[in-house]
Amino acid sequence: MSQTTSAPPRRSRRDLLGGLRRRLSGMPRWAQFLLMVAIALLCYVLPLLEPPIISTPGTDFGGVLFTVSVYVLVAVGLNIVVGYAGLLDLGYVGFYAIGAYTVGVLTAQHATWPWLLSLPVALVVTMVSGVLLGWPTLRVRGDYLAIVTLGFGEIVRLTLINSEWLGAARGIRPIPSPPSLPLFEVPHLDWSTGVPLVDFSDTTTFIEFGVTDPIPFYWLALTLIILVLLADKRIKDSRVGRAWEATREDEDAAELMGVPTFRFKLLAFAIGAFVGGIAGSLFATRQTFINPESFTLLISILFLSAVVVGGQGNRWGAVIGAVVVAYLPERFRGFEQWRVLVFGLALMLLAIYRPQGLLPPRRTVRAQRMEAETEALEVGEEPEDAVIAAGGPTPDDAAPTDEGSSRG
Amino acid sequence: MAETVQQPTPVTTGDTLLSLDDVTLKFGGVTALNGVSFHIDRGEILGLIGPNGAGKTTAFNVVTGIYRPTSGGVTFDGEQITGLKRYRIAKRGIARTFQNIRLFRAMTALENVMVGADARHTTGPISALLGLPRHRREEAAGRELALELLDFVGVGGRADELAGNLSYGDQRRLEIARAMATQPKLLCLDEPAAGFNPSEKQALMELIRKIRDRGLTVLLIEHDMRLVMGVVDRVVVLEFGTKIADASPTEVQNDPAVIAAYLGVAEDEVVTDE
Ligand SMILES: Nc1ncnc2c1ncn2[C@@H]1O[C@H](COP(=O)(O)OP(=O)(O)OP(=O)(O)O)[C@@H](O)[C@H]1O
Ligand SMILES: [Mg+2]
Repeated sequence: MSQTTSAPPRRSRRDLLGGLRRRLSGMPRWAQFLLMVAIALLCYVLPLLEPPIISTPGTDFGGVLFTVSVYVLVAVGLNIVVGYAGLLDLGYVGFYAIGAYTVGVLTAQHATWPWLLSLPVALVVTMVSGVLLGWPTLRVRGDYLAIVTLGFGEIVRLTLINSEWLGAARGIRPIPSPPSLPLFEVPHLDWSTGVPLVDFSDTTTFIEFGVTDPIPFYWLALTLIILVLLADKRIKDSRVGRAWEATREDEDAAELMGVPTFRFKLLAFAIGAFVGGIAGSLFATRQTFINPESFTLLISILFLSAVVVGGQGNRWGAVIGAVVVAYLPERFRGFEQWRVLVFGLALMLLAIYRPQGLLPPRRTVRAQRMEAETEALEVGEEPEDAVIAAGGPTPDDAAPTDEGSSRG
Repeated sequence: MAETVQQPTPVTTGDTLLSLDDVTLKFGGVTALNGVSFHIDRGEILGLIGPNGAGKTTAFNVVTGIYRPTSGGVTFDGEQITGLKRYRIAKRGIARTFQNIRLFRAMTALENVMVGADARHTTGPISALLGLPRHRREEAAGRELALELLDFVGVGGRADELAGNLSYGDQRRLEIARAMATQPKLLCLDEPAAGFNPSEKQALMELIRKIRDRGLTVLLIEHDMRLVMGVVDRVVVLEFGTKIADASPTEVQNDPAVIAAYLGVAEDEVVTDE
């Protein structure tokens, strides 16, 4: 990370995350790596620790963590489309649904494949659907794309509702779990006495995918998140990532610098759909049943808000945004009626005080200020006085003769 | 007012790199280019001048594939490029800068130039994912070229700054570096010195000479005639979408039609003044 842009000197609480990032990127590489490993390990054991305050009262903490991790996957995938390539996709839930339903059809509705075998097929199908949607639509720009993708999400949902072949409104069940490999039992912590005690009566089997314990599903999702993040980093730091960003910043300039923008936009769509498909397949297998209810426009909006809240264009921003969007409502389930209201208020406050999102990419406040200055300069640039400057001929000394002229 | 007189194209020694052949471009009622023909030889610096709205930028846009001419064609390096996709034209070896700076603002200066260098690269997402040796070689070569070009145009110390955070002058120079990174044969500069003070302009003309010394052919749009005269080998003058002169700088400076075009008076008035 080459983060050298100086931040505005004002140290506000709002810049806590930015400051944290600056400190992180100042650390040596090995330290960053160790920190990442430590964070990943912490994430793996989090559902076993059941730490107070963080843990969700009333709902199964492991289940909440699984939901959060599905949102994280979705946000990281959508961030490729919206954040990197700058394509406003309001129908991302469509890919999520296609992933889930392909698994459903192959494992329960029309065949009895094992989940693991249906997964690669589901991913290919979502990727192809991404290309099929992108092929005609990625030629239109901006607002139109948003409308077309919005329509796509709805068409997918309506197709699911109306197709008997896909189970119509009833949906599909029962979707099998991934193969289990029960090796040993891991105890949870019990905080009910105020101090953490190892509770051997409450254990999770490593690794058994069952209906009762969602923690193994969470571990699987977490593993996939890590793989997707690694792949995301590699691709983003290559000519592909640069082409996406260049296309987002200025499509015409990118074309003129030799970037086949349409091809790269299509690629972003396909990769984004692929990741959405992973998330959908996970959702289906954990849920054991799926129906069109789970794939509404509202979900698309929630997915998008995860990316926007986090700071589009930054994979860690997307992760944080997804955690915020998926976790907070679960944590405050007690305030059921207030959930959506509080969420809406939080979004509004964010839009006012931190429009770039919680953890935006390198674009800073200073960049935006410079933008205004440059524009002012360009407006004032009309070179009306720059014609035939002092050294050039004036009407008096021009003395145009036929010889001096190049005209026939 | 400017009559359309076909210029006898000056005899040239080198071989032709780019030629516009009778290019006409109409925007509805506006004829932005009217039967314009000119050519550039390899290794030449050609100035393209003319009053506001003469069609200079439009000529660039036709050459780089943004607009398809209503009639006529563009030949580059011996092949017709009319109607080719823009990125294909770029890969053929034509690069440009913009009159209104169009950098990738939220990317660093280095990344901007690397996007240009990527025009010569071929590895895709799979090789990036697997970190294949060929991909890593391209990546390293692109970075090296980009850093060298940043130094060359004089933005060397700013590689990791966001393009949008650079000073106005650095942004203009960065655009040149980005265009050069595509390793073009022909570099088109659209008013690269706009908004510069005289000493900056002088430095820029020096830079343009150095660019030519690297083996590039340069097509230069510039309003400041004195500036152009010091650096170009030949000048093409446009007025109202028509070519009114195509000659050496000294000849053009004494051309009554050119003088008239720039002063906005009828040509015969200039002549009667004498
Ligand atoms: N996309 C367009 N649609 C309609 N008219 C256009 C378009 N682009 C250019 N024109 C017109 O074509 C003419 C030539 O414009 P052009 O930008 O090429 O001039 P220029 O010589 O570059 O002038 P300047 O020195 O101001 O940059 C102008 O009359 C302009 O209004
Ligand atoms: Mg212009």
